[in-house]
Amino acid sequence: MATLELKNLHVALEDGTPIVKGVDLTIAAGEVHAIMGPNGSGKSTLAYAIAGHPAYQVTEGELLLDGVDITAAEADERARAGLFLAFQYPHAIPGVTVTNFLRQAINASRKARNGGVDDPMPVPEFRKELLGQMDRLKVSRELASRYLNDGFSGGEKKRVEILQMAMLRPRISVLDETDSGLDIDALKVVAGGVKELVGPDMGALVITHYQRILDYIEPDYVHVFVNGRIVEEGGPELAKKLEVSGYEEWEEGKEAA
Amino acid sequence: MAQTESEVVQGIGSDYEVKYGFHVPEDYFFKSGRGLSHELVDAISSHKNEPDWMRKFRHRSLDYFLARPMPTWGGMPSLHEIDFDSIYYYIKPTENQAESWEDLPPDIKDTWDKLGIPEAEKKYLAGVGAQYESEVVYHKLQEQLTAQGVLFLDTDTALREHEDVFREYFGTIIPQNDNKFAALNSAVWSGGSFIYVPPGVRIELPLQAYFRINAANMGQFERTLIIVDENAYVHYVEGCTAPIYSTDSLHSAVVEIVVKPGGRCRYTTIQNWSTNVYNLVTKRAVAYDNATMEWVDGNLGSKLTMKYPAIWLLGDGAHGEVLSIAFAGKGQHQDAGGKCVHVGKNTSSVITSKSISKNGGRAGYRGLLEVAKGATGSKSKVVCDALILDDESRSDTYPYIQIDENQVDIGHEATVSKIGEEQLFYLMSRGLSEAEASAMVVSGFVEPITKELPLEYAVEMNRLIQLQMEGSVG
Repeated sequence: MATLELKNLHVALEDGTPIVKGVDLTIAAGEVHAIMGPNGSGKSTLAYAIAGHPAYQVTEGELLLDGVDITAAEADERARAGLFLAFQYPHAIPGVTVTNFLRQAINASRKARNGGVDDPMPVPEFRKELLGQMDRLKVSRELASRYLNDGFSGGEKKRVEILQMAMLRPRISVLDETDSGLDIDALKVVAGGVKELVGPDMGALVITHYQRILDYIEPDYVHVFVNGRIVEEGGPELAKKLEVSGYEEWEEGKEAA
Repeated sequence: MAQTESEVVQGIGSDYEVKYGFHVPEDYFFKSGRGLSHELVDAISSHKNEPDWMRKFRHRSLDYFLARPMPTWGGMPSLHEIDFDSIYYYIKPTENQAESWEDLPPDIKDTWDKLGIPEAEKKYLAGVGAQYESEVVYHKLQEQLTAQGVLFLDTDTALREHEDVFREYFGTIIPQNDNKFAALNSAVWSGGSFIYVPPGVRIELPLQAYFRINAANMGQFERTLIIVDENAYVHYVEGCTAPIYSTDSLHSAVVEIVVKPGGRCRYTTIQNWSTNVYNLVTKRAVAYDNATMEWVDGNLGSKLTMKYPAIWLLGDGAHGEVLSIAFAGKGQHQDAGGKCVHVGKNTSSVITSKSISKNGGRAGYRGLLEVAKGATGSKSKVVCDALILDDESRSDTYPYIQIDENQVDIGHEATVSKIGEEQLFYLMSRGLSEAEASAMVVSGFVEPITKELPLEYAVEMNRLIQLQMEGSVG
């Protein structure tokens, strides 16, 4: 079973500004964790740091995947080890179709798992898997031959992020504000797609400002994240409470300190 | 599809030196001394047993070459470092041309096998010409095309066997004194392709010529003449490679094309010279009423390339397209581009240029769009995009536009972008290495051009780009 552990994780920007200030968190396969926090609390920085963005430096603490220290690993090594980040703002790659991109990404991971020797997924199997996942996630088949995220609507981008997750079969997924910009129907589909993947093979960390997405992906654990720290933890009921009372309680505390 | 994809992947581990940069021993029928002179021009003409008019044409061209100053634009400063005295201007590797690969000397046959030409001929080509140093050593055209009256010959044979039609067009599209390097080619030209496609004949599979330099300090000066008659169609593809030497070689071709009313010619180049080759080429086509001319020009190799394929849209309703990719790595300068000149009414043209520079390379677009007085209703669009992969590299854009007619529709767009850290991170977060991610961004950048190529060449182009990207990062 996959486990991602954050131990006393501190993250700073390249200019040294501290953003994440000591986070302890363990996510195991089969679990859904929610990190909820106001804008500017450092949630996205935490997501980028987990995925290995070079602009975010881990200044203290460590990241362990299945007990192996990956704090110094490059983003691609982490991905091939089973980490996935669904981006809040996915980037466009003009000229590269969704199909080509996915095939190359899958084959890169397969090659890594095969001791560095090419082991491409047979094309018929790939196509069947891709079309099946697209239908399940209600992604229009026409998107398969479009350039990745190039001219996609906000909703299309988010669905294609989840499509990538479904195709790459990560063991721990981090979803950064996946609910933003989605209407309720799209949200249901996306959340349903994530829920199907969570199980013995995958755990998820859902990062969000609003409780809305959590109505569809029920979290097992909710962590309130303010000013770079987890300030309170609880079960799904905590999310509902936040929806009513907001983050003021903890933000005032920040000012007082 | 699966097979070609895996071929692409297999190619990534190798490099230029192993795949193309090798050379084999010289055992030649004739090799001239170094340097350029009227005696040399005489020797070439005698070897070829040419008519007197051609001998005179060569001598006059040499005078033009010697009289003209070197250009002071384009490939500066390296253009002025060419040592014309150290070049071998004419090498005849075999006494006779072969019609079977088996009839070639073993070293030369091995070279073509390594480059995959005989295999490509079997799979997807209608005809092949293979030039080694100065002469076309192998030439073949599918029999049914010969039966339809198609001529696909090396240019020397065409002069011997079809002098009338040859003389009608030779040097008429690119005059011998057009520019210094066209004059040089006109003086010492040897080899190249001659194609005549009769009215209404459409050649569905491409004709390919492959140009190989083997000797050090070689000068290769092929001369190509293509005549596409009314409502006919041909797709001609050329590729080229050379060994890696510490001294420079020179490639200076002249390509003249005539597309008659309703005809269509597509000319695709995948230029992959080693990085010690100067590549200074003049290419020009004329298109008559409702004819279409397309240049697809990929420049990946060479030390310096100066090449601006041109289309003169002489007839009403003629259409021209130039698709140009220039890729400049360490020590390379690609001064590429295209020219379209609108003379006929309701003519249209599109120039699309994509340049990529990395590791201190310099790639650019230099182009001319001209609309003559009276070319009413003309439309043109020029798009030039540059991608710069690091801070050491450089991109230049020189878009010359001259419009002498009011009733026209002209568009010009230019973009310069750097490969984004965020784009790379996004792709790497999906498991692609930094090199794979960069190659993917670059392949996507040039996709509007590679998608125009037949599958085999698109795969080849992508593979070459991936080779170029090897070692460019991390």
